[in-house]
Amino acid sequence: MQRKVCYKYLLSLPPMAYLLIFFAAPTLIMLFATFRYAGEYGGLAPWYLQENGRLTLDLTLENWQRLVATDIYLRLFVKSIGYAVATTLLCMIMGYPLALVIARSGRKYRDLLLLLVILPFWSNFLVRIYAWMIIFSPVGALTRMLNGLLDLVGVGPVTLMYSPTAMIICLVYVHLPFMVLPLYANLEKHDLDLLDAAQDLGAGKWRRFWLITWPLSLPGITAGSILVFIPVLGMFAIPDLLGGTNGIMIGNVIKQQFMESRDWPFGSVLSIMLTVTAVAVVLLGARLGQGRGGRG
Amino acid sequence: METPDLLEIVDVSRHFDAFLALDKVSLHIKAGEFFTLLGPSGCGKTTLLRLLAGFDQPDGGDILLDGKSIVSAPPEHRPLHTIFQNYALFPHMTVAENIAFPLRMAGHAKKDIQTRVGEALENVRLPDKAGKYPDSLSGGQKQRIAIARALVNRPRLLLLDEPLSALDAKLSEQMQIELINLQKDIGITFVYVTHDQSEALALSHRIAVMNGGKIAQVDIPSRLYGFPNSRFVADFIGKCNLLEGYVRDQQGECVTVELDGLGPVHVCRSEVTLAAGSRCALTLRPEKIRLGRSSAIPGASDTRTSMSVAATDSPLDDESHFTGHVHDILYLGDVTVYIVTLANGVQLETLLANSASGRTSFFDVGDRVEVAWSCDAGHLVQD
Repeated sequence: MQRKVCYKYLLSLPPMAYLLIFFAAPTLIMLFATFRYAGEYGGLAPWYLQENGRLTLDLTLENWQRLVATDIYLRLFVKSIGYAVATTLLCMIMGYPLALVIARSGRKYRDLLLLLVILPFWSNFLVRIYAWMIIFSPVGALTRMLNGLLDLVGVGPVTLMYSPTAMIICLVYVHLPFMVLPLYANLEKHDLDLLDAAQDLGAGKWRRFWLITWPLSLPGITAGSILVFIPVLGMFAIPDLLGGTNGIMIGNVIKQQFMESRDWPFGSVLSIMLTVTAVAVVLLGARLGQGRGGRG
Repeated sequence: METPDLLEIVDVSRHFDAFLALDKVSLHIKAGEFFTLLGPSGCGKTTLLRLLAGFDQPDGGDILLDGKSIVSAPPEHRPLHTIFQNYALFPHMTVAENIAFPLRMAGHAKKDIQTRVGEALENVRLPDKAGKYPDSLSGGQKQRIAIARALVNRPRLLLLDEPLSALDAKLSEQMQIELINLQKDIGITFVYVTHDQSEALALSHRIAVMNGGKIAQVDIPSRLYGFPNSRFVADFIGKCNLLEGYVRDQQGECVTVELDGLGPVHVCRSEVTLAAGSRCALTLRPEKIRLGRSSAIPGASDTRTSMSVAATDSPLDDESHFTGHVHDILYLGDVTVYIVTLANGVQLETLLANSASGRTSFFDVGDRVEVAWSCDAGHLVQD
């Protein structure tokens, strides 16, 4: 008995150490950086000063004051959360039926369909976004076809490139598998006898879905939503390439702070706020998913 | 006047590709009956149950409930419920919500649902489990909640798909008694599917034995056990010795049968006329065979000990006697089974109750013994 317990801790030591070194420690370092001044040529200024042989701390609340001084960052956060929520909802609406169809199809086809879902992962993320740039471009086939159709009904031409529509389409495209896979894993385990029992006890098609399948799949929905929401919240590559000047999200500003503006402390402030937002949303989501549907 | 049939199954067939799961099955089940479909796995009993519940459609034939065809009605519109093998309780609903489910589906008022769920929980003696989730219940409790859920809106018919197979032997026996009492109290017709013949005998008013997609025999348990109509039924229900032979002569109910390797015996309980010379088998239950020390019977000869030596035309004894030796002993606690080898290698299974304490058997392997049975102990089958 004693030995078993020993092994358990021994085995969990490497991942624990890994997380401590590469997650907890950097987060703390970053938190500390929010109270420091930016270095003259980027990076961070020393956190102490040496005057007359005496050491004094050189820390500041300026970076945090800058965050709350204007509402521009708050609006950026809200906008990013908006994109993340919209993407998550669209992924759920499109991913749920897909996951359900895969989970209920014959064993023969299931693996093939799953393979097709993860097939886009085989090519590079950035390459796929550049492909979308070509599709969305004003001379691209999609835009021309759409404008041709709109012309028939007398509506003026539209541009897809650098529009929120293009961003959302691409965000959903990239993140759909992250919704489908956990949902599939959940739906595939459902006991189909429960649906037979519900039908036997008088439940029609819709009530069988909303009273049995849906509540039992809430853990899968929660997992999928978290996997979509968090990366979208911090996304910068897609807004960079497809969003244009109005399409920037909080991730772009953070990248800007660390790269172009060379203001690491303020970048750290925004990063910490992003982490806090993500954790808050996840906790909220876990709470919602933990209700009655969290069982089974 | 006879009670009318509640459920009529008329020439129902079902194919799965080339496999014929049900071959023109017809059954009539009366209101208030505890009816069992019994058979080995793959005999079609579960297929038939799924057709009754509506989860599957027959290829041919009709199913009538109260005289009206229900074949085209989906499961949710049939006035019958099913108890599933694994109970199929909804894991995300409490016990009370589970039981309320069929009432909710039928659109009952909240208040009405509450009282009826309370009553249902009282009926299965689990009133304190209302707020619990199914995964905190034991197997027997889950079983009772599944029954409460299926009966709460008083279906015309309850279908039970091997509901006791997941329980251990002791609990299963206890649940059998509960099921009998429950069915008697509420008077709802039960159609019960099982492969366990002792369960079927204990529970049912009538049993349909199924084999290869066909009904082999339908009868009350005691007649099924005492008068099987085929080698299959005799062998499937309880333990049975099958002694092969052919019909020599029949006078009324009395048949003289020439048993292979043993010679002629009398069988005085034949309800049908058997053609002379046709093949048949004598079914002989182990407990109907008397077993004694061979020396106890005077004048015992090797093959046939008989007070009147058999002659073709002279009437045989009411009793048939043979000698042999004990080949194997199987101690089962309450009884001991003795496998006796007769002349020409014919083996008979017999048993004696262990009335004397502290002894595992009355005979040892190799002991010479005498077996005897009366002419009405066995029953002849031809199929």
